[in-house]
Order: sequence, then structure tokens, then C-alpha cells
Amino acid sequence: MEAIYLAIPLAPLFGAIAAGLFGKKIGRAGAHWVTILGVAVAFLLSVYVAYDVMGNGNSYNGTVYTWAVIADIRFEIGFMLDNLSTMMMLVVTFVSLMVHIYTIGYMHEDPGYQRFFSYISLFTFSMLMLVMSNNFLQLFFGWEAVGLVSYLLIGFWFKKDTAIYANMKAFLVNRVGDFGFLLGIAAVLLYCETLDYVQVFARIPQLSGANDFKVFEDTKWHIPTVIAILLFIGAMGKSAQVPLHVWLPDSMEGPTPISALIHAATMVTAGIFMVARMSPIFELSDTALNLILIIGATTAFFMGLIGIVQNDIKRVVAYSTLSQLGYMTVALGASAYSAGVFHLMTHAFFKALLFLAAGSVIIAMHHEQDIRKMGGLKKYMPITYWTSLIGSLALIGFPGFSGFFSKDLIIEAVHESHLWAAGYAYTLVLLGVFVTAFYSFRMFFLVFHGKERFDTHGHGHDDHGHHGHGDKPHESPWVVTVPLIALAIPSVFAGYLLDPMVVGSFFKNAIFVNDAAHGFDLGLKSWLSAHLAIEHMSAEYHGVMGFILHGLMAPPFWLAMAGLATAWFIYLKDDSLARWAYDKFRWLHTLLDRKYYLDDFNQNVFAKGSVSLGNGLWSFGERVMIDGFVVNGAAKAVGWFSGVMRHLQTGYLYHYAFSMVAGILLMLTWFLFF
Amino acid sequence: MNIVIAMPEIFLLSTICLILLLDVFLREDCRMITYLLTQVALLATALLAYGAMDGEKTTGLNGMYVRDDLAGVLKISILLLTFVVFVYARKYLKDRTIWVSEFFLLGLFAVLGMLVMVSANHLLVVYLGLELLALSMYALVAFNRDDGRSSEAAMKYFVLGAIASGLLLYGISILYGLSGKLEFAEVLTYVSSQNVLENIPLLFALVFIVAGIAFKFGAVPFHMWVPDVYQGAPTAVTMFLGSVPKVAALAMLLRVLAESMGAAQPGWAQLLLVFGLLSVFLGNLIAIAQFNLKRMLAYSTIAHMGFILLGALTGTTEGYSAALFYTITYAMMAAGGFAILILLGREGFEAETLDDLKGLNERNPWYAFIMMVFLFSMAGIPPTVGFYAKLSIIQAVMQAGYLWPAVFMVVMSVIGAYYYLRAIKMIYFDKPEQTAPIQAELDFNILISVNGVLMVLLGLFPSALMGVCSAAMVASRL
Repeated sequence: MEAIYLAIPLAPLFGAIAAGLFGKKIGRAGAHWVTILGVAVAFLLSVYVAYDVMGNGNSYNGTVYTWAVIADIRFEIGFMLDNLSTMMMLVVTFVSLMVHIYTIGYMHEDPGYQRFFSYISLFTFSMLMLVMSNNFLQLFFGWEAVGLVSYLLIGFWFKKDTAIYANMKAFLVNRVGDFGFLLGIAAVLLYCETLDYVQVFARIPQLSGANDFKVFEDTKWHIPTVIAILLFIGAMGKSAQVPLHVWLPDSMEGPTPISALIHAATMVTAGIFMVARMSPIFELSDTALNLILIIGATTAFFMGLIGIVQNDIKRVVAYSTLSQLGYMTVALGASAYSAGVFHLMTHAFFKALLFLAAGSVIIAMHHEQDIRKMGGLKKYMPITYWTSLIGSLALIGFPGFSGFFSKDLIIEAVHESHLWAAGYAYTLVLLGVFVTAFYSFRMFFLVFHGKERFDTHGHGHDDHGHHGHGDKPHESPWVVTVPLIALAIPSVFAGYLLDPMVVGSFFKNAIFVNDAAHGFDLGLKSWLSAHLAIEHMSAEYHGVMGFILHGLMAPPFWLAMAGLATAWFIYLKDDSLARWAYDKFRWLHTLLDRKYYLDDFNQNVFAKGSVSLGNGLWSFGERVMIDGFVVNGAAKAVGWFSGVMRHLQTGYLYHYAFSMVAGILLMLTWFLFF
Repeated sequence: MNIVIAMPEIFLLSTICLILLLDVFLREDCRMITYLLTQVALLATALLAYGAMDGEKTTGLNGMYVRDDLAGVLKISILLLTFVVFVYARKYLKDRTIWVSEFFLLGLFAVLGMLVMVSANHLLVVYLGLELLALSMYALVAFNRDDGRSSEAAMKYFVLGAIASGLLLYGISILYGLSGKLEFAEVLTYVSSQNVLENIPLLFALVFIVAGIAFKFGAVPFHMWVPDVYQGAPTAVTMFLGSVPKVAALAMLLRVLAESMGAAQPGWAQLLLVFGLLSVFLGNLIAIAQFNLKRMLAYSTIAHMGFILLGALTGTTEGYSAALFYTITYAMMAAGGFAILILLGREGFEAETLDDLKGLNERNPWYAFIMMVFLFSMAGIPPTVGFYAKLSIIQAVMQAGYLWPAVFMVVMSVIGAYYYLRAIKMIYFDKPEQTAPIQAELDFNILISVNGVLMVLLGLFPSALMGVCSAAMVASRL
């Protein structure tokens, strides 16, 4: 069985190496066959393992390879396969497989074809290493590796200035998050003296209390809180939570398949996965959970608002991703980890679907991404239209679609939570439902309905040299549409896994909810029935149909409908309302359009600040002190001395003999008199 | 009389006599046979030495000779290194119409001398082996007899070598006068009964003996011969001289100082500390001012020998193992480095100056890469083996409580890195001045590639060789 576990990440790695290093030899077709085969193998084996783990309950936790043992700390490669990680493996390999197939169509004219396949396979490997890990070291490896591939892929079109800017931005912002993450791992190592999950989880509760983290003499911090917040900072970077979210919209500079795979379905959810995996740590700290609630709710609502004013089709989806990630984070903060992970899964399907559909539209529009220049595509692209509709309905949480179950669950969980931040979070996620529905269908209507605003003659975007200029848009080839259909299916039906996954005991062994603590730690946590949210809901749960019926009467449904209706009214019926609002609330529009001025702030304060600091240090510290005095000074001194010393070597034999005798004499004298 | 323990030496001596006889009857154009027989003799002797390793320590021939694992490891390294060096040397000799059998026969005698040194259990046997080695070496240095520099170098080497032998013998005689013993175990018994630091005559004996050993290493202040001989000798001889005898020198140090006078460690450690630090200091500094590549490598050798002396002075198993590891790996990289010089030279042209390295990357990227590996390794840059060798020496020195010498070694290594990196810069960033094609035969190419790759592999997985080294030390109770 271990060989199978090992084969799952290694198969895509093999594909990546073959396509990356031998891409020229095996050619374009060779590159996509070998990588698709690798990922397909990983997917099939993941299904098998998932069957074994979920069906037969054979979870696994063991070491595959010991890399080094330094002072009793073991650095290992190991796998932890339980319901949580196998579910992630299924999602990752399935979406990745779909994206691989889709890429054949999307990238088929790109000169970097083999490189692209190599990167996405490498990404699949890294992501699998991340989710399968049983220790922090490997988690960090996967974490950084997916970050690296994300960087490479955002800047895939490396001749485009905006792409290079975007990948640099993603890299730098992620460094901030990763710095916190690394500190968190260091804190784990410091206090638990091991990196193994199981051992860490066993020791963490003992750190709660007496031996606190001493910042100053009389300032003490609660250790699990410190660790949890540091780890969460890592999650904020990776999962793009406010204020570290700024990189994700810009990452849309990369090719669309990776926006679907990396920046919607899998990598950005790594933070969510990590927090869920570390639930035993997070459960020990109310402070951290409150922080998570606030950050998540803020992201969910305010990023959704920006989505309303975006005109680039991919950016709308990107802000929607930010907002949905906020929802997942809120679920984590409310201790409804299973709801968060459940939403992660459904979101992976419908958001990948939406991205790939957007990509399909972009292909049809000859790489035009502005939705104001689209419209009426419904009749040209039926498959894309219907799958997009499914994706959008899932996204807004229309009853019966997958997003409905997961989102409703999250909102319910926040409602049940009694953390002090829960009120704020509940308000925002509820309002977020309206916003989500509004921007989703704004985009949907602008793209597929209404007048045809695109220019069918003499198209300007010729950088990809598309054939068929001047033709009507047409449906994409089957390699594009098949993945759309394949993703549409789970986008509808994944929600029905609600029954076993959330309400049942599916994540019982993988996710830890601190209800035991309430039993004996009454003084501190007795009022915190927040942690019991899911159980509370389970008690009221009466089957999927009941859930849907209940959903039809709950506020989120009506809010979503209101959003949909507003979008329909404004963008299809009568746009005078939009113009009126635009005139009245121009300041709001500007604020949203400038993304709350966060980018400008970062650019002016952090970027310019560090550049001028660097310049200052360079001109004085580096050039004068280090280069001038220390480096060149020392080098000159050594050179001078060396030049003098070489004259000792005169070439005369008697000088040589003299040196030997003198040496002997000196040593004899030394022994005689000292 | 248990002559079996000297089996490798006896076999080698008989083979040498056979080759000597056979060679007389060979035509000029059949020298290849001599060469092949030489190489076979080396390999067969190595095999015998390997077969003799049984984890036991056996003395014989009236207590004059010893066979143990340490001797086995040293002998095998000497024989294999010589084998490699001879493959490299063949190209040099053939290119220059000095393709004569004397080189190989003298080389074999030198090897025999080294094997005797390695297995000595008696001060006079050490001396015997040393002289056999030295005499063969003098002749080899003068081998290119039409070259004035070659003869000059041989003359200097001979005179200074004679002085050094005299010093060593004088030291041995004082020791004999004090103890009346020459066999290692008996000398040790005597030394152990003395308060070494108070016993002035014993300390004097130590000074002379250590001087003799230091000369063999080429440690400051007995280093003056090294640059002149390295530069004057034909490059093939320099390669031999600069690599294999270092192993024998370490063997002598281990046998004479560590084994027979281990109890006098507080005494000789002071001497080695001074000589070692001076070597590391002067070797690295003067190398910077050298523009002749052979001289630069000579000074770099001096610095490396300083490291070995410092590792050995600790008197601990770790220190001895580190010194042995360092010596073997250094001999490998030195042989490889000189082999590249041989490659760059041709009939009527000796690659000697740094400028000859310029643009090597454009002329042949693979050789350039290998040379870079050797230079990195000499500079001690990871992941090459030179880094690990330096690290383990410094570790041992620190464990023995010599903190400041360790710091000094690190600083000197940094300074030393300069001239290696300068050479690498020339290889990769300068325009070539020579355009002649660089060619070698298959055996040469394979061996130099293996040699280069080994530098990296041993750096990544040093524990295999290190394990052998420390096991040999433990087996010999050092």
C-alpha cells in the first residue's frame, strides 16, 4: 500500500520532469500525454486510496523516508492519509486532470506548451505532497513548492510586463505570509520539539496555561494563541485573506487554466486545509478564532463588493474567489471546520468550472477579456453557457446546487457561534450572499445575454494570431468543453455529500473540535457552545430534502434571489438605475475601483520605502563601509602582505637550508626555555 | 619468521624485478607492455593488500613489520592513486617523446618504499622505506634530464632531503640513546614512563623527528623545496609527488608519532601546532601572489598539509580519521588538478601559468567543469568533498579544545578561497588565449570524469569513506 501512496505524488512529478527536461525531445503531444497520464494515474490511485480510507477505514500515518536526524529532531517524509487528506487528494487530482485536458485546447498555440504542462504537473506533485504530509517540514516544503510554481505560472508569459509585475507581487506578498508560517512552525518546534502532527497535537494542550510565551518580563502570551496566529498568517498569505489578498487579482495575468487550478480550486485553499488540519491547535485559542472570523468575514464581504465594479471577466471571478475564501475562513473561525472544508470542495468544482468557462469565452473572444465588449454569447456557445449557468447558480447558493449546501452550512454555523466576533461575521456573510449573487449574474448577463457588443471585424488582439478573424464566435473544441461538463457534474451533485461528510462523522478523526474541553474546563469555556455549532446543527438536521426546504425559507436564499433580480433588472432591463447609482455614489465606485487604495498604499509605503531604505544602505553601508573599507581594505592588505612574503622564496639552496635549521633552533629554544 | 604479512611488498618487489628484466628485452615501440604490466602489478598488489585486511593487528619479521587495517587502507589508497596518476602520466609522457620505462619503474620503487613505510613497526624500517621513496623521487624529479629546471629542482630536493633525513636519523638516534629501543611498542613503553614535558633530551629527539616528518609533508618552515620542485619537475612527476607520497607522509606521522610516541602527544602537538598554523598561513597567503599555476598549487599544498598536521595534532581518533580522510581526498583532487594541467599542455608547450586556464570553458566545457570541481574542492566549498574534509578537521580541532586555531583555519580558508576562485573566474569568464584542441584518450577521459564526479559524490556522502578511515583508526587503536 505504501508504494501506492508514494506513487500518487511521484506520478505527476515524473510527468513534470519528462515534459520539463525532455520537452523538446518528446514534442508537444508527448508532453501533454506524459503529464496527463501521470495525473490520471495519480487520480485513479487517489480514488483507490480514498475508497480504502473512506470505505474500509484504513487510514494511514507513517514515515516513508527519514531525511536527517539532528539532535533528536527527525526530518521525515511521511504521509497521513485520513478522510481529510484523501478528500483533498481527490479534489486536487480531479481538478488537475480536467485542467490538464483543458490546457490542450487553451494553450495549443503557445510556444511554451511543454513548459506549461511541466509546471502544472509539478504543481500537482507539490500540492499532493502538501496535503498528504504528516509533518510540518513536508507541509512547508509543499507550501513553498506550490508557491514557487504559482510564481512561475503567473509569470508564464514572461515577456509581458504586467505578468512579471504580478508574479513578483504574488511572490513578495506570499513571503510575508510564509514568514509568519515559518515562525509558527519554529514555535511548534521550539515548544513541542517535534514536527510530527500527531505528536504535536498530543503536546499542544499541555502548553496551554502555565508556561507561557514570555515577550517581556511581565508580558506573557498564551502559547497556542501565538502558534495559531502565526500559522494563520501563513494561511492568510496563501489563501489571500485581507490584507494579504492583493496578489490574487493580479495573478490573473497568468494563463486561465492555472487561474482555475491554482488560484481558485487548489493552492489558495491550502491555507484553509492547513487550518483545518491544525484544528487541535486553533481550538485552544479563542483569540485566534475571533481573529479568523474577523479576517474571513471582512474578506468575504468587501472583496465581493470590488467584484461588482470589475470589467475583466477573469478579475470578476478572482474577486469572487477571494470572497469565497473568506467564507471558508469564516467557517474555520466558527470552528465549523468540516463546513469550511466542505465548501472548499464544492468551491473547487464550481470555481474551476467558472474559470474554465471564462477561459472558453476568452478563446471565443480572441483573448478579449472585457465583459463590456461581450454579450449575447448564449446562442454561439451553448455548452459554455449552460455550464456557466450551473457554476453561477452553485456559486450564489441556489438551493439544490452544491454551493447552497456548503454556504448555508457556513452561515448557519456562524449564526450558532457565540464568539464575540460572530455577530460581525454573521452580518457580513449574510450581506455577502446578496453581493455574490449580484456580481455573478452581472457578469453572466453581460457575457451571455443582451446585445452583442463585440467587434467581429478587424480584431485588434492578434498576439496569438487566432484563426477565424471576422467570424462569429463559436463553441470551443471538445478538449475544452469536456472538462467543463465533467466539472459541472460535481458542481451540482457534490452538495449531496453533505449527509456523510459534515453531519456524519466523516472528519471525526481528522478534525478536532474542542468539545471535550467544555466538559472539564467550565470556568473558561462553558459559554463557548460555538464549538458545538456543527453538532447543534446536526441535531436539527433532517436529511438533504429537509435542508433544501429549510434553505428556501431562510434569509440567504432571499438575499441571493434579490441579488440575482437586481442584476437582471439593471443589466438586462433598464440600466438607468446603474447610471443613477454611479452618479450618486461615485466616491464609492472610485473607492472600490481603487480596491480601497490598498495597492497604492503597499506600493507607496512598502515598495518605495524598502527601495529607498535599500538605496540608503547601499550607498553608505555597502559601498563605503563594506566594499570600501572591509572588503577591499582586507583584500589590499592581504595582497600586499602576500607580495612581501613571496620574496622569502629566494631560490638559493642555502637560504632554504637555513630556514630549516632556523626552524629547528626555534623549536629547541622553545622547549628549553618555556 | 612470518613473511606472509609482507606479502604485498614481496609480490610488488618481485614484479618490479620481472618488469625490469623484461623491459631490457623490449623494443622501443613496445613500452606499452611495461606500462600495462606496471598497472596490473599495482592493481594486483592492491588486491593482495585488501585480502590481508582482517581486522587483526599482526606483527612479524622480528617485530619490525606490522599488518593491520590501517596499513591496508593506506596501502590500497597509495596503490589506487598511483594507478590513476600513471594513467594521467601516460598522456604526458607520450606527448613529449619521453615515453620510457624509467618513469614507471622508478614510480614502482617509490610505491614500494611507501608500502614499507606504511607497514613499518620499527623506526629503522620507517627510515628504510622513506629513503627508498625519497631516492626514487629525486631521480624522478630529474627525469627530464635535458631540462635545466628539472635538474635544478632535483638537486635542491636532494640536498634538502638529505638534510631532512639527517635530522630524522639524528632524532631517532637520540631516542635510541635514551631508551635503547627502536620497535614501536617498546618505544611507547619507554615514552609512557617518562614525564615528557620535563624530559629535555626526549623533547629534542621529538623536535628532530618531527622536523623530518614535516619536511616530507612540506610544512613551513621545511617547505622551501616544495614550490621549486613542483615547478621544476615534469608535470607528470609533480602530479605523482604532489599526491601519493602525502598519504605515505601521513602514514609516517601516524606510525612514528601517534603509535610509537602517543604518550608524548603534549610534546609533539606543540610542534605540529606551530608548523601547521604557519603552513596554513604562509601557504594560503603566498599562493595569492603566484601566477605560475604549478607554484600556486605548490603553496596550496603547503596550506593543505597544514590542515592535515592540525588534524593529527589532536591525538584523538576523530582527529586522526579526519586527517586520513583529508589526505586521501586531497591526493585525489591534487592528482585531478594536475591531470587537467597535463591535458592543457602538449608537445613543446607546458601549461603552467594561470593564463593558460583562460577560457577553458569555451574550449571544453566538461574539462572546465571538472577543473572547477577540483578547485572548489580545494577551496573547501560545499558540496564538494573538500568542504567536508575541512569541516571534519576543524570539528576535531575544536573538540580537542583548540578554539582559536580553528578560527584561524576558517579565516585562512576564506583567504585561500580567493586564488581558487580567481582560477575559476579565468576558466569561465575570460577569453581563451590558446586555441589548440584539448584531446585525451578514452581511459584518461573516463578516469578524470570519475575523479571529478567522486569529488562531489564523496562530498554528498562522505560517511562511506569516513567510516573506513575511522574504522581503520579504531582497529589500530589510535
